Amino acid sequence: MAQTLYDKLMSAHIVREEATTSLIYIDRQLIHEVTSPQAFEGLEMAGRKPWRINASLAVPDHNVPTTERSSGVSGIKDPISKIQIETLDKNCEKFGINEIQMNDIRQGIVHVVGPEQGATLPGMSIVCGDSHTSTHGALGALAFGIGTSEVEHVLATGCLWQSKSKNLKIEVNGDLNKSVSAKDVALYIIGQIGTAGGTGFAIEFAGTTIQNLSIEGRMTLCNMAIEAGARVGMVAVDDKTIEYVKGRPMTPTGNEWHKAVKYWNTLHSDEGAHFDQEVIIDAKDIKPQVTWGTSPEMVIAIDGLIPDPSKESDPVKAQSFKDALKYIHLEANTPINTVSIDKIFIGSCTNSRIEDLRAAAQVTKGKHIADNIKLALVVPGSGLIKLQAEKEGLDKIFTDAGFEWREAGCSMCLAMNADKLGVGERCASTSNRNFEGRQGQGSFTHLVSPEIAAASAIAGHFAQP
Amino acid sequence: MDKFTILTSIAAPLDRANVDTDAIIPKQFLKSIKRSGFGPNLFDEWRYLDHGEVGMDNSKRPINKDFVLNKDEYQGAKILITRENFGCGSSREHAPWALEDYGFKVIIAPSFADIFYNNCFKNGILPIVQSNEVMDELFSVTKDITINLDAQTIQANNKTYAFEVDEERKRRLMNGLDDIALTLQYSDDIKTFESQYFKTYSWL
Ligand code: SF4
Repeated sequence: MAQTLYDKLMSAHIVREEATTSLIYIDRQLIHEVTSPQAFEGLEMAGRKPWRINASLAVPDHNVPTTERSSGVSGIKDPISKIQIETLDKNCEKFGINEIQMNDIRQGIVHVVGPEQGATLPGMSIVCGDSHTSTHGALGALAFGIGTSEVEHVLATGCLWQSKSKNLKIEVNGDLNKSVSAKDVALYIIGQIGTAGGTGFAIEFAGTTIQNLSIEGRMTLCNMAIEAGARVGMVAVDDKTIEYVKGRPMTPTGNEWHKAVKYWNTLHSDEGAHFDQEVIIDAKDIKPQVTWGTSPEMVIAIDGLIPDPSKESDPVKAQSFKDALKYIHLEANTPINTVSIDKIFIGSCTNSRIEDLRAAAQVTKGKHIADNIKLALVVPGSGLIKLQAEKEGLDKIFTDAGFEWREAGCSMCLAMNADKLGVGERCASTSNRNFEGRQGQGSFTHLVSPEIAAASAIAGHFAQP
Repeated sequence: MDKFTILTSIAAPLDRANVDTDAIIPKQFLKSIKRSGFGPNLFDEWRYLDHGEVGMDNSKRPINKDFVLNKDEYQGAKILITRENFGCGSSREHAPWALEDYGFKVIIAPSFADIFYNNCFKNGILPIVQSNEVMDELFSVTKDITINLDAQTIQANNKTYAFEVDEERKRRLMNGLDDIALTLQYSDDIKTFESQYFKTYSWL
């Protein structure tokens, strides 16, 4: 029978099937400092050991400082951040888990580091105590976020109980417009189907637009599948995937490589496979996007007007629009490209890869950020990306333009470290969540692509290059 | 996880509806890296007169003498009786951790929030649903209450009340099996799977 990619990936990992749920085998568990301490403690309290040490790779990212780190973990000022990172180091040492530590050049955001190191490969089942684990689906893997008690479960058993999701295909076809990137595609899709549109589904992104995206772009897209309500987002394996994976530190070599490639080439939905739901989008309808509210689905094109709640027929929606506008201090019917900005954040597991930095740098080159911009941050997704960018001279372009060039980490995506917005500050951010208070209490987040973030930094308000 | 069969204990009456997880364990304690040790901060805002923070010496804090858990007659209670919709609000698993760490094994209420109810079983706590009428009777109990999980009964004031519990969950509690122990019963299946799996996908 014709199978979808998701069905293939699920069935390859089923250890045991019960009526409504299956025990599935986990190939890779990625670990960071925030959601793992209780899992390790639980393991220890019960006197258990990790089922398969090699399945795990750990890296601190959520609350590492992005300013200079020469004094190491002991130099971290915030006591909570410090204790979480120390605890991760201790736990990894105690249980023998492979960890990339804070001052290692390979350190970075867990979802950037995994693919970069070849720790996440096509066909793998991948979990992490973090909802943006869907990112890894860009490589044709089955990847999803889990809670802390599940982190402990996977550590102890190598497996996880899962019920099967339904299949949703989102097909995007055609060439992208100027200044439109994978981020805009992601935001546009969420705007169309809503933040609950993917609930209960595993999403496969397909169509010529997706095929033409780089692997980095596909990661940006799959990263935001969770914002559309789906725990899983995937793209079929193609030549680009295999090219991307090749030669990475944890990627197989020699005979094993050839054997793997042969298998990976089967990782796509079969002709005629059944999807429970399909959405088809024409790429030419997608303009650069900006969110105006407090949910990723509250999004408009950069040349659009902020919606008017009084024109909304659904009373629940109208109320949520009103609440969002009140929180974010904006008026209905305002052109979004006239709204001025206080801070800029280019980074996060959505948009901190080399391609994102190149796109932002290209817009920035030879220009300077506007006077009203109080802070513009560029935070690379990993130490290696930072290094690569520096080789290409991107850091210089950014610093000449008035941006700050930082060390790798989650940074202002969730404001767990010192990088935060103040009350009433408005930010153009390349991250993935614009919830109330996400980047600092009482602050306003607008999600955009790296290119739009850079252009907005220069203009001082939302703008396209 | 300890096996749960029969429990006889004093019951602490918490006569409030809609007790949310933030009241059970206030959010400042979520910064902790522990899953044990939340007991002293259970119902922190109600138990103490000052504002609690991680790392404080709780034995030195001013206590609220009027709060039920601070009264002499309820010391050592392993049963909590309370009102509707217990455990609502954020789904933090710290709430059952705190209740368990304090020593509660059973919570009896007319209704529970969904996720909280599930999380109780995962952490060795038995949540029991009883009607409002029965709850009123239980609130008037002064002496010990006996919970017999196998027979699915509550005995109090020389009366016996029946309760419902999912068979599978009952089996887990009675055998002291947590989710992990349960999965580890299939260790052989996992090993068999692995031996075949790593042959096929030998690069992993
Ligand atoms: S960058 Fe943001 S979304 Fe991504 S893992 Fe870090 S905190 Fe989560």
